[in-house]
Amino acid sequence: MGDHGPAKGFGRWLFTTNHKDIGSMYLWFSFAMFLMGGVFALVIRAELFQPGLQLVEPEFFNQMTTMHGLVMVFGAVMPAFVGLANWMIPMMVGAPDMALPRMNNWSFWILPFAFTLLASTLLMEGGGPNFGWTFYAPLSTTYAPPSVTYFIFAVHIMGASSIMGSINIIATILNMRAPGMTLMKMPLFVWTWLITAYLLIAVMPVLAGCVTMMLMDIHFGTSFFSAAGGGDPVLFQHVFWFFGHPEVYIMILPAFGIVSAIIPTFARKPLFGYASMVYATASIAFLSFIVWAHHMFTVGMPIAGELFFMYATMLIAVPTGVKVFNWVSTMFRGSMTFETPMLFAIAFVILFTIGGFSGLMLSIAPADFQYHDTYFVVAHFHYVLVPGAVFSIFAAVYYWLPKWCGNMYDERLGKAHFWLSFVGLNLTFFPMHFVGLAGMPRRIPDYALQFADFNQIASMGAFLFGFSQVFFLFIVIKTIRGGEKATDAVWDNPEGLEWTVASPAPYHTFTTPPPVK
Amino acid sequence: MSTDTNSSVEGYEHYYVPEQSAFPILASIGLFALIFGLATFLNELQAEVTGAGRYVAIAGFAMLSATLFSWFRQTIIENMSGMNSAQLKRSYVWGMGWFIFSEVMFFAAFFGALYYVRNLAGPWLGGEGEKGQYMELAKMWAASGYEYTWPPLSTPDEAVNGAKAVFQGAGEGNSMYPSDAHNGLALWLPMWNTILLLSSSVTVHIAHIGLKEGNRAKFKGWLLATVILAIAFLFLQVAEYYEAYVHLGLTLESGIYGTTFFMLTGFHGFHVFLGMTMLLIMFLRSTKGHFSHDDCFGFEAASWYWHFVDVVWVCLFFFVYII
Repeated sequence: MGDHGPAKGFGRWLFTTNHKDIGSMYLWFSFAMFLMGGVFALVIRAELFQPGLQLVEPEFFNQMTTMHGLVMVFGAVMPAFVGLANWMIPMMVGAPDMALPRMNNWSFWILPFAFTLLASTLLMEGGGPNFGWTFYAPLSTTYAPPSVTYFIFAVHIMGASSIMGSINIIATILNMRAPGMTLMKMPLFVWTWLITAYLLIAVMPVLAGCVTMMLMDIHFGTSFFSAAGGGDPVLFQHVFWFFGHPEVYIMILPAFGIVSAIIPTFARKPLFGYASMVYATASIAFLSFIVWAHHMFTVGMPIAGELFFMYATMLIAVPTGVKVFNWVSTMFRGSMTFETPMLFAIAFVILFTIGGFSGLMLSIAPADFQYHDTYFVVAHFHYVLVPGAVFSIFAAVYYWLPKWCGNMYDERLGKAHFWLSFVGLNLTFFPMHFVGLAGMPRRIPDYALQFADFNQIASMGAFLFGFSQVFFLFIVIKTIRGGEKATDAVWDNPEGLEWTVASPAPYHTFTTPPPVK
Repeated sequence: MSTDTNSSVEGYEHYYVPEQSAFPILASIGLFALIFGLATFLNELQAEVTGAGRYVAIAGFAMLSATLFSWFRQTIIENMSGMNSAQLKRSYVWGMGWFIFSEVMFFAAFFGALYYVRNLAGPWLGGEGEKGQYMELAKMWAASGYEYTWPPLSTPDEAVNGAKAVFQGAGEGNSMYPSDAHNGLALWLPMWNTILLLSSSVTVHIAHIGLKEGNRAKFKGWLLATVILAIAFLFLQVAEYYEAYVHLGLTLESGIYGTTFFMLTGFHGFHVFLGMTMLLIMFLRSTKGHFSHDDCFGFEAASWYWHFVDVVWVCLFFFVYII
């Protein structure tokens, strides 16, 4: 039973129990969502190219900002990381597959249904969700379009998918490691995913509780978020951000793991400070649970709350600083080469740090009163998510694609994709710092004239970045269809069990566990 | 499938990776039909029209249930035919443990909401502290004579709008606290429910001991007793809800007190129902000769779930009924 190959036809993908098949499906799904969310973003940027209303109605603009956020967070970034986890974790720990292979396929197949439902709300009467991806009550309850009910249930089943996926990942890592693969020998990508999965299991149910409260308020007359009944709309923000802050680390911790795999390979030095990387990841995860109200400094909290959440937030800079220090120290006096994965990884270190510093600025409660709900916030979180999460996914794809399909990608095209993306994203998001500090509010279809120049630069950058990703799709398909054959090690003496198997990786790897020194 | 159990590295060989399976995609389709139908049905209710939503939901539920039933059945058959290694069984243990943790966090959201409205938002809306003094809404309500107390049996809406208020509280003396127990403490249902549920945790443990000793009569008998206690709990909870709705006028719509009371106890009751169903299935399996002293994960998982439900109840009893 251990040596059967892939089944024939489309049934292979519907019924599969193979972690590599499921990983590929997650990655393709994620890319489709990335393009869809990207189109929504380009509608936003096209409208904002000039002041005044040009292309879309404000009502539709609101649906675009909402759907762009929801699709990118839940449809693009999270499934991409789960896809990478599916592909790589069993190979990295020397396991034959994920711990619970059938449930693994269920986790995936829920997602296309959930996102079909979510996207279909755009066509419903009253339009799709228009209350921002953070869906604050009462915008998302009292004043929401009827399609909010579909949105709520879509979030429920996405959460179920994430929880099952995370349970699978934890069971795989804790139970399926080859003999000798002790916890402190695991690659950092495995470590960061272990901690990410724990975060997911802890907060996805809270999100489910949050949307359940909305559902009850909308349809069953409860008053969780209605002050008239004795509840409080601010309660929504507390529950949401108790989920939401760990959620943003769910989208960055696996990225830390990827970068920690790539930089040592191309610096030709072992990772500096492995143990401190593990502890820093765990510290970040712990702190993520006690900082949520820094998203709501302006909501009117007691001063003690403002101070607690401000200082706790600043503390996160310490373990994050440890990580950046370790990546830089790994590169220090290394024999560095700059293949495409390394370019993305280095850009990650630099640009993610910029996003981290603007986060530190936002953590200062009195300053945040100025920055809150401006484009400065948009600039901040796009700097951690685009050159952070998304760049790490690109880096991972270039790094492991030769292992997946057996062919090398075209290095010139890869580098071209990197530079186009790098220039595009900085043109898009760097000017947003300036317009934000000058007072341009987020989530509006129109703006004052003095912001026009920076917005035009941002819009041009956005289209450059967006079309560069179609180029990325071309590069990936070209690599899968052919190209120079990759060796088993692919790179120059990389570390990890995944490089000990053939390229392309056989359908089943490690049906008996490999020896681990 | 090799039956060789003398592998060189014990517990690491022959991890059972199942063949292709139609269960995941069928379950996904069922789940999708269920939620799509349910959302449509709720929107139809809201718009006061009748449509097909309910039928889609029922069909989806039937498909999901049938798929999960077959899926579990398949898993049990695989285990009984010896395909599952010790390592695979540990995967199930990790899986169930983390699933229960996710359930804990779901309840944490609702307990957190209760804490927030009771101890922070409620007093502020009632005019307490710096926040209460500067909040326009709180000032307006104070002028209308609104006072915050827990349990809040009237709402700010009532204080301002009187009988025209959308959110009508249950009224004085109509809480579920023992101080409002009209028929005396001896007939106060939550106390009896606590006794029932705590006893059922003991009985399921005795059943487990019976199984470990190889005493099947003890195992089956005490497991059945647990199921009966669970049904009794659910019966009393229905009686309690009936009393609340019919005699006290305390409903989901009775402001934040009704909201938190029914959502917390309601979700708990739903989990009791799930746990009872699991235990009932385990009992039916035990009558077919399933489970042995060294291979009884299905039963153990159900009993862990049952202990979890019990712990949630103890928290509910203190935070919702007593203090």
